[in-house]
Amino acid sequence: MSLASGPVIPNFGKGSACVRGDHTFCWDWVRDHWNDTLSPALVQHIELTVIAVGIGFALAFALALLAHSYRLLEQPFGIVSALLYTIPSIALFQLLVPFTGITWTTVEIALVAYTLVILYPNITAGLRSTSPEVLEAARGMGLTRQQVLWRVELPLAVPAIIAGLRIAVVSTISIGTIAAFLLPKGLGYPIFVALGNPTPFKTEIYSAGALAIGLALVCDALLVLLRRLLVPWARLRFA
Amino acid sequence: MIVAGAFTGAFHFIVHNPHFLASKTLDQIELSAAALGIALVVALPLGVVLGHFHRGATIAIGASILGRALPSLVLIGIFLTVLGIGFRNNTVALAVLATGPILTNSYESVDRVDRDAVDAAIGLGMTHVQILRRIELPLALPLLFTGLRVAAVTVVATAPVAAVAGGGGLGDIIVNQASYGLSGVLGASFCVMALSAAVFLALFGLQIAVTPRALRATKVPGNLSGKEPA
Repeated sequence: MSLASGPVIPNFGKGSACVRGDHTFCWDWVRDHWNDTLSPALVQHIELTVIAVGIGFALAFALALLAHSYRLLEQPFGIVSALLYTIPSIALFQLLVPFTGITWTTVEIALVAYTLVILYPNITAGLRSTSPEVLEAARGMGLTRQQVLWRVELPLAVPAIIAGLRIAVVSTISIGTIAAFLLPKGLGYPIFVALGNPTPFKTEIYSAGALAIGLALVCDALLVLLRRLLVPWARLRFA
Repeated sequence: MIVAGAFTGAFHFIVHNPHFLASKTLDQIELSAAALGIALVVALPLGVVLGHFHRGATIAIGASILGRALPSLVLIGIFLTVLGIGFRNNTVALAVLATGPILTNSYESVDRVDRDAVDAAIGLGMTHVQILRRIELPLALPLLFTGLRVAAVTVVATAPVAAVAGGGGLGDIIVNQASYGLSGVLGASFCVMALSAAVFLALFGLQIAVTPRALRATKVPGNLSGKEPA
C-alpha cells in the first residue's frame, strides 16, 4: 500500500523500476495494488454478477413457468429476445441513464435484461423438451398438472436450465466489464483506467483481464459441477 | 420531463449532425467488416473441415466457452499492448471475439448433419469435397448462418468499445461526454443500436433466403432445438 496522497492510479513515476519502465508484467504492482485496486474490483464484479443473474433467473423462471402453464408467448418471444440481445451493452447503459442516472441500478437493470433474455428461452425449451411418452406415463400414474411440472418436467429441464445459466453467468461477467464506461466499478475499471494513460499500463490490463477471464471460467466450471451433482444421468452434450 | 428532455436532445443531435454520425458509422462498419472478414477466413474453413471429419469437438466447444468468457474490453486492452493503438489492434481483438461463434457453429452444423444422408452420398461414390459441397453444407446452412449472425452482431455491437483504444466509430462519441454532452452520447447510442439491429435483421433475412426450401418449414435452429440422435 502506498502512503502517497493524490492519484494512485496510474501510479507512473512511482513504484519499482518494473512499474516505471512498464515492463510486460510486474508482480510487485499486483502485490501492492491487490488490496486497493484489484481485490475491490473483483468483489464488485462478483456482486454485480450475482445480483444480475439472481434477479434475472428469478424473473425468467417465473415467466417461463407462467408461459408453460398457460402455453403463452412461445414463438414471438424468440425473435423479440434475439433482437433485444442485439442492443449493445455500451448503448443500453447510456440509454438507461436518463431514467435511473449514472448508478449501480442502471448497470444492474441492463444486465438483468440480458440474463432474462438468455435464460427465458432456455428454461421454456427445457420444460418443453419432456417427451410425450414420459408425460403420458406421469399422467397415467395419476400425477396432477402441478405434480407433473415439479416432479417430472422440471428435473428433466435441469440440464437445459444450467446450460442457460452458464451462458448467462459468463456473458454477465463479460458485459460487466463494460460497466466501467459508466461507473468506476468492477474489473473493467482498472483496464479502462490503464487504457486512458498516455502509454497504457500493461500490468494493470493483464492482471484485471486475467481476473475477469478467470472468474468467468471458474463460474462456468462450478455450474458444470452443479449439473453433475443435480443430474448425474445427463450427458455432457448441452454445451 | 428530464427523461423526455434527454431523448429529444438526442434526436436533435442526430438531426443536426447527420454527416458526422454517418462518417462515424462508416468507420464502425469498416472496422467490423475487417474483423469479421478475418474471423471468417480463419474459423469457417477450420470449423467446416473439423465438422466433416467429426474431429476436434473439444476445440469447437472450448472455443465457444472461451469465446464467451473473453470480455471485449480485456481483448482490446491486451491487443493494444501488443499491436499498439489504433485500427490494427481493434480489428484483431474483434476478430478474436467473432472467431468463437463462427468456429463453434460451423463445426456443429456440419458435424450434426444426418449421418444417413452422408452414408448415402458415400454409397453413391461421392468424394469428400462433393459430400461437403452437395450434402453437408446445404444441410448445415441454417445453423452455420446462426453462428455468422451472432458473430456479426457481436462485432458490430462491440466495436464502440474500441473507442478506448483509438477505435474511431460511434464509440468515440459515447466515451466523450465532455465534448458531445449527454445528447450526443444518447444520439450515438441510438445509432449503435440501430446499426446492430439492422445487421441482425439483414443477416436474419439472408439466413432465411439461403436456407434450402425443404429446410425452411422447420424452425430456424437455436442452440437447443433438435433432439440428439442416439
